[in-house]
Amino acid sequence: MTEKALDVRDLVVRYSSRAVVDGVSFSLDPGDSFGIVGESGSGKSTVLRAIAGLATDRSGTIDVAGKRLGAKRDLAFCRLVQMVFQDPFGSLHPKQTVDRALAEPIAIHGLGDGERRIQEALDAVGLGRGFRFRYPHQLSGGQRQRVAIARALILEPKILLLDEPTSALDVSIQAEVLNLLKRLAAERGMTMLLVSHNLAVVAHMCERVAVMQSGVFVEEAPSSRFRSLKAEHPYTQTLLDASGGFRRGLAAGLVG
Amino acid sequence: MRAATSQSWRDWLLSEAPQSRAQARAGQAYRRWRGFTENWLGVVGLVIVLTLIGMAIFAPWIAPYDPLAQNLSQRLQPVSWQHWCGTDSLGRDIFSRIVYGSRVTLLIVGLVVVTVGPLGLILGCVAGYYGGAVDRILMRVTDIVLAFPKLILALAFVAALGPGLENAIIAIAITSWPPYARVARTETMVIRNSDYIAAAKLQGASSLRIIMLHVVPLCVPSVIVRSTLDMAGVILTAAGLGFLGLGAQPPTPEWGAMIAAGREQIFDQWWVATFPGLAICIVALGFNLLGDGVRDALDAR
Amino acid sequence: MSDILLDVEDLRVRFPGLSGYTEAVRGLSFTLGRERLGIVGESGSGKSMTGRAILDLVPPPGEVTAKRMAFMGLDLLSMPHRERRALRGARMSMVMQDPKYSLNPVMTVGEQIAETWRIHNPGEAGQARERALAMLDAVRIRDPKHVYDLYPHEVSGGMGQRVMIAMVLVADPDLIIADEPTSALDVTVSMQVLAILDDLVSQRGLGLIFISHDLDLVRSFCDRVIVMYGGAVMETLNARDLDHAQHAYTKGLLNCLPRLDRVDANLPVFTRDPEWLK
Repeated sequence: MTEKALDVRDLVVRYSSRAVVDGVSFSLDPGDSFGIVGESGSGKSTVLRAIAGLATDRSGTIDVAGKRLGAKRDLAFCRLVQMVFQDPFGSLHPKQTVDRALAEPIAIHGLGDGERRIQEALDAVGLGRGFRFRYPHQLSGGQRQRVAIARALILEPKILLLDEPTSALDVSIQAEVLNLLKRLAAERGMTMLLVSHNLAVVAHMCERVAVMQSGVFVEEAPSSRFRSLKAEHPYTQTLLDASGGFRRGLAAGLVG
Repeated sequence: MRAATSQSWRDWLLSEAPQSRAQARAGQAYRRWRGFTENWLGVVGLVIVLTLIGMAIFAPWIAPYDPLAQNLSQRLQPVSWQHWCGTDSLGRDIFSRIVYGSRVTLLIVGLVVVTVGPLGLILGCVAGYYGGAVDRILMRVTDIVLAFPKLILALAFVAALGPGLENAIIAIAITSWPPYARVARTETMVIRNSDYIAAAKLQGASSLRIIMLHVVPLCVPSVIVRSTLDMAGVILTAAGLGFLGLGAQPPTPEWGAMIAAGREQIFDQWWVATFPGLAICIVALGFNLLGDGVRDALDAR
Repeated sequence: MSDILLDVEDLRVRFPGLSGYTEAVRGLSFTLGRERLGIVGESGSGKSMTGRAILDLVPPPGEVTAKRMAFMGLDLLSMPHRERRALRGARMSMVMQDPKYSLNPVMTVGEQIAETWRIHNPGEAGQARERALAMLDAVRIRDPKHVYDLYPHEVSGGMGQRVMIAMVLVADPDLIIADEPTSALDVTVSMQVLAILDDLVSQRGLGLIFISHDLDLVRSFCDRVIVMYGGAVMETLNARDLDHAQHAYTKGLLNCLPRLDRVDANLPVFTRDPEWLK
């Protein structure tokens, strides 16, 4: 049997004693792509932050590549799991050039051959030489997000956590970034865990989708199931209906 | 030809696609400098401060007389071509004493900034980054120091350590770090919740590395601004201690002590106290203008 | 054509910069009746600046020029700023993206609506509370009396946006410009807000300019759509004809969205043609 890439059991995360994530379980095989969709406050981003060790008040178990995670994340974990954040304007240090941002993980992990790694990472995300010594304010939103992806890739992780990676971008840039992520995940055989409020984005990127509401998964299904625009859970159905744009009848049913 | 070269230099500096680390840094510095020079008051402040530094370095060549040389036949001479600012009650040339006094002033300012800035910065960043008990303890200590009026506390320290320039500097340094710690802490508390710090943690960076390489550089600008604005206060405190006879000891030409010495002749020989007073006033103003200019230039981004 | 609320011809907004002027809006022309007009574009397309130019809210040093800009027969171009300000709020109003930043945090939401009423109807201040409650009811807030006494931080995003609309409505305007009114809201909540805006047009006969980046939303909500890119108009068309859009930019925008009912290995991307800005 193959070892699970990621196995989360009965995860509960609290922020000042309120359970934001209230008992979530799922597991991913290596190379899987899994999406969590939900509205703001559903707890979907908190699941990622708990795995990354950024949300500390948690119970339940998280196993990464067969190894149980404690409270602290060690260097080995960092080389296995990396994350891309929602806001490309907030996830890059404002006083550091692209070069410096990419050199940082190499320095921390004492990897040799920094020059080649940085160049390869930039090439992989489609940023040319001209971008290497720019500051974040000299980059557009899409370019920043590419830098953030390059930074995540430089440690050659096996698992990529994506927290709304395109929701701050224009739709045409979103398409480019999603294509990039999909290609990289396939090329490198990465396991992908994507969180978004946009059902269409999640269904496009992932084989399996969980719908999250108030800290729990209300429905979990292969993404192909959503293509018929029919769901089992009423909340999922609402999201499906709303994804088609504004409809008078739909709004009437929701007014309250 | 000349114009073309300067044009290409500017293009190189302002390039949106720098080719090397050095060019990126130089470009950033050049943009800051352009932002700073747009504010003429800040430039005036810079000129005053540079003049002060120049005066301190070249004091022996600028000063027409030995600042310590007494000449009792020439005591309390008014302003004249021989003595631009007159002479004091011991017949010493006041202009020469002011020129040499700039060395004392710069020494005080320099030592205070070098000790206070980094100390406040580190304490503030550590308190802000860790939060919890570390923060509470460090900030209560800060509050205790802040609770005393600065000059009174400095007086107490000098009284305990004994009068003298070194002790005055130590006393000023001990009493002026808390505001720096406060500023750095407030900034750090915003920075530590940002995604780029989360990203650094996720890359395996240790807390020490995050504080020193990611947090501190972001807090430095506000500490620099704070300290340039504070220098006027430091000069005044030093002058105050000097005035009270607790700072630099005679015959060192220190501006505060010079005012104190001229106190008795203020109505008859006004120049004795007025020129050192003017010097303090202009230098304090210069640092304030410079501080404002630097703040505006750094805030721009 | 007496029902034209707004008539704009060759609207331009430009900002002075280090190397000459940057044009945020380059020659926009349209007329608005009592309908829902969508303005769609990506960031930097000039869609928000268009709304601001109409309301005289372009921040300095921006400059607004136009061949014609008339609101219900009034020439906005020759009107002094003071009169533009009086017009704004009374007869034309704006709903912003995020109610969090548009409401006064130290005043109850009901009082803020009542205050708006008092400003525009100084003679009838006594009715302010009653009118405010009626407006909260009009935006379908279930318990207006309870909500009246809440502070902005006590209401949810969707409720806040409804309060903003109530505040705009209490002055009884003829034109509302909504700048991304639902972008900060969850889909289910945004449906309710849209339904309220929809009613305003169909029942009160308002004109609505709906500024958004979301082509799907505009297509399903508006009557007509202006597609903007880089400050220029790419195409103006009826919302229901969007599937038959002619312009490469509009087609590109429509195609690059992931769709639930379609399986794409890769999303179609497009390159921007510098010719579009000529």
